[in-house]
Amino acid sequence: MSEGFHRIFSTFFDPGMIVQALPEVLTVGLPNTLLLSLFASAIGIALGLLVAAGLLSGYTSVRLPCRGYVDILRGLPHILTVYLIGQGLPLAGLAIFGGNTYGYAALAIGLIESAYFAEIFRAGFQSVERGQVEAARSTGMTRLQTMRHIIIPQGARRVLPPLTGQFILVIKATSLVYLLGLTASQREMFAIAQDAAINNANLSPLTAAGLVYLALTIPTTYAVNAWDRRIRGARSTHAVEGD
Amino acid sequence: MSEMPERRQTGAHHGTSVRFDRVNKSFGRVAVLRDIVLEAPGGVTTCIVGPSGSGKSTLLRCTNLLERPESGRILLGEIEITAAGANVDAIRTRVGMVFQHFHLFSHLSVLDNVSLALRKVRRMEREQAEDVARAKLAAVALGGLERRRPSDLSGGQQQRVAIARALAMEPEVMLFDEATSALDPELVKDVLGVMRDLATAGMTMIVVTHEMRFAREVAGQVVFIDQGRILELGPPDEFFDRPRHPRLRHFLEKVL
Repeated sequence: MSEGFHRIFSTFFDPGMIVQALPEVLTVGLPNTLLLSLFASAIGIALGLLVAAGLLSGYTSVRLPCRGYVDILRGLPHILTVYLIGQGLPLAGLAIFGGNTYGYAALAIGLIESAYFAEIFRAGFQSVERGQVEAARSTGMTRLQTMRHIIIPQGARRVLPPLTGQFILVIKATSLVYLLGLTASQREMFAIAQDAAINNANLSPLTAAGLVYLALTIPTTYAVNAWDRRIRGARSTHAVEGD
Repeated sequence: MSEMPERRQTGAHHGTSVRFDRVNKSFGRVAVLRDIVLEAPGGVTTCIVGPSGSGKSTLLRCTNLLERPESGRILLGEIEITAAGANVDAIRTRVGMVFQHFHLFSHLSVLDNVSLALRKVRRMEREQAEDVARAKLAAVALGGLERRRPSDLSGGQQQRVAIARALAMEPEVMLFDEATSALDPELVKDVLGVMRDLATAGMTMIVVTHEMRFAREVAGQVVFIDQGRILELGPPDEFFDRPRHPRLRHFLEKVL
């Protein structure tokens, strides 16, 4: 029993290995992880907004393809999508980023996340009271004007906490891009830890990366929850006053 | 509240009329409006009463095309608004609507609620739009509340903001969909007062209401709708004092 425990400890939690792996994880991996997360989120949010507008369209010919897009990207294993985009696009001759794996990596994660972002936006927009939309249309405002001046400003506020929550998931999702084989300086935290783990035949470097992921995600999660509670709290007091 | 010019609402009919010509509407298999033929004359208040679920609101919502009739025509003045290719957004600027639950834009100030459409639809400069909005708010006795949020107002005040928002577009016809039904009893009077002033000023109005006293005192004609059909129509004294249709008699016994 104690021998088993010792084996687990030395394989996953070797303090020397963890300390040895940390510098590169922090200096090379962390900036790349954050950069990839930001790029992927930017792509995901921009596409997600468009798709959300499509999901709410009155036209079936617009709504159905958007629904299919969301269902497929959310339904496929993320690993498969990362391969399809990262290796499929260049193979198909669509080498939009040339040989730069970084671009495909950000695009792959961005596409996956756009499906989730789209659902967040859709829910936010739909939470805007239908009567306000009708009131806006009744004054002669067009669909687009109503979207821009009534739905988006109100929806965006309600959507900020879940959006930030999704960003935390993006940080973790970037670990998948190690599948695409990044150059040494482009590697994010997980790829660096994975390489070190193979070189040392020991999994402790992965634990080192895990600790940094936790240092990023746990404080953010709590901050988002507190923020969400404040927004909800503010809204329910208003509702009481309104009645 | 009584700054609007006095004009007798009976007699010569100014203003834009609304005509319904064999209008039918159903939701799924449920027929909500059946063969509605009705004229709401210009400058006159037409009150529509009837049991809930009778189709009153749907008729009103067809009048600014929030709902589309399946068949039949609706004419606003000489324009057939139900014609294929009619400019819906332009038509809606000519027809103001006030809802039961106000539906103010909750993220905007009172002033922005009233001036938004002026700026975006009429393309007015902000300053000019806000001047118009201030005047409309003063006309519904809400001067001084311009900077408030809708959630800071009483229901009666919110509904008067909603009326000012509709009036800002200078509509030719005003639609009221149970505008006082969601209000506390002591707040109903102020809103009805504003509506009465509008009627006196010669606005064409179609008013779905449960306020029988308002209908009797302000309406030029009263319409009874039951199960999607117009069963009786007439001037208020005849309508209330000598109802002919048994269903109307039954309805009036219950509500009066």
